[in-house]
Amino acid sequence: MSDKEICILAIESSCDETAAAVVVNGRQVLSNVISTQIPIHTLYGGVVPEIASRKHIERINQVIEEALKEAHTSLDEIDAIGVTYGPGLVGALLVGLSEAKAISFAKDIPLVGVHHIEGHICANYIEDKTLEPPFLCLVVSGGHTHLVRVKDYGQYEILGRTRDDAAGEAFDKVARAIGLGYPGGPKIEQKAKEGDPHAIPFPVAKVNDSAYDFSFSGLKSAVLNYINGAKMKGETINEADIAASFQQAVIDALVGHAMHALDEFGGDKFAIAGGVASNGTLRAAMQEACERRGVRFYHPSPILCTDNAAMIGAAAYYEYMSGRRDSMSLNAVPNLALGQRVES
Amino acid sequence: MKILGIDASGMVASVAIVEDDIVVGEYSTNFKKTHSQTLLPMLEELKKMIALDLDTIDAIAVAAGPGSFTGLRIGSATAKGLGLALDKPIISVSTIEAMAYNLWGSADNVCPIMDARRGQTYTGLYHFTDTEMECIVEPCAVDITEIIEKINATGGSVTFLGDGVPVFQEAIADKCKVPYHFAPAHMNRQRAASLCARAEAYYLAGKVQTAAEHRPEYLRLSQAERERMEAQKSGQA
Repeated sequence: MSDKEICILAIESSCDETAAAVVVNGRQVLSNVISTQIPIHTLYGGVVPEIASRKHIERINQVIEEALKEAHTSLDEIDAIGVTYGPGLVGALLVGLSEAKAISFAKDIPLVGVHHIEGHICANYIEDKTLEPPFLCLVVSGGHTHLVRVKDYGQYEILGRTRDDAAGEAFDKVARAIGLGYPGGPKIEQKAKEGDPHAIPFPVAKVNDSAYDFSFSGLKSAVLNYINGAKMKGETINEADIAASFQQAVIDALVGHAMHALDEFGGDKFAIAGGVASNGTLRAAMQEACERRGVRFYHPSPILCTDNAAMIGAAAYYEYMSGRRDSMSLNAVPNLALGQRVES
Repeated sequence: MKILGIDASGMVASVAIVEDDIVVGEYSTNFKKTHSQTLLPMLEELKKMIALDLDTIDAIAVAAGPGSFTGLRIGSATAKGLGLALDKPIISVSTIEAMAYNLWGSADNVCPIMDARRGQTYTGLYHFTDTEMECIVEPCAVDITEIIEKINATGGSVTFLGDGVPVFQEAIADKCKVPYHFAPAHMNRQRAASLCARAEAYYLAGKVQTAAEHRPEYLRLSQAERERMEAQKSGQA
């Protein structure tokens, strides 16, 4: 790679955070601005795509301007614009993408389309400047649960994924069932601290034909059945025990699959990424399991776990260095698969 | 004065550069491709063809709505991105008003009708006197019968245009009591050149926004907001 510094303006709007960042050489974050929409979606118990899209367009310019200002830079200093083009909510993606394309066109700055989940994985490069592929990574968020082999920069192999609900989605649904509200992840984690993780033995479904795929909808149903059963019998339920036991079941599945992958593929590095990766109990369990195997455990700080644009800037840098350039016809790809490249 | 216009409010994607009463370039398509794949490639082509230096434009006009929610946002985000990068103001013009301006000088009243689904139309009603365009009915989302009643109440003849024409033709034939016409192909859909021409008056009157301020005018809440308000209303009742 050349010695010249590459400064990337990154834009992310795939779900309910409007975000922009300026990142140098994929690792050094000059600014990372996030405008969250969580309060409005809380009114609806989850992300409403049309509302998310409307909020994105109201905030996007301010967020980009703030990111440039905080980085003490201007578009004239920007070498490339990285933008999430999938996966995500199509209407939400199109706001950031159209904006990025227009800026790229107006200033003749190269455009680089970025995969949202690859962005999450690349958050680890920002957190730990020494981390280099190959390594194994578990991506867990409200929309995604993937166990991935990162073979090289920009080269990913999916070992396993969820067959139904994403891990974060299961947190949201269980949180709703025990009256904790949205977003479920942090609320369950908080409640679980008061409970006994072994109080209720919730089962974690195994996926028969794949050692690495996940399934969380059965677990969610088991929790709902447990609550309904208790209600029918007139028993009071202990929300803290439910939260702790549910969370433990999810963590057991995640850690179990992760360690299985380490056993099979070896390596001395394991990373986690995505919104659920900011769950402290999951981190601690993963850390302990990795340490027992002499594997170094990497995890981004919470601000880099949530949807953000710094991670998109990190991923965009490696795509840029590998020569990717997108045209003005780049479209949003809501179901973009990990490792898939839809070029324009 | 040089205005760049963008309309992505419906099936049509349209971009234009209008400079001092001259349409220097206009590119419109009405084709089943997403605006994400058409709008900027068209603008890129137009820029190349007329050797446009983007820094020389004075403002960016955008059809702000009503229209397809996603289309409006692609148009608006494109305008906002251009405005941010070029440091130019945005002229936000109603889609309905810009469409009516296609028929500048018409002796008939002019009624753009866009298919708003669910039996509704995005519409408005305009009238030309000498060189001025007057608004009789402000842009709104209503049942087709409601706008036809207002047209009937004027007693004057009317010309309809827009993608609502094929959808509401029967309702018009059935309920419209005044003489009516349908605009021909070259003026019956969104055109960015009309938008730019209309926007010029706004610009001269100082009616501009910063790129950061601009947002689409949907004229309709999202379904989730609507249902939530209805639930609250019935909860109170």
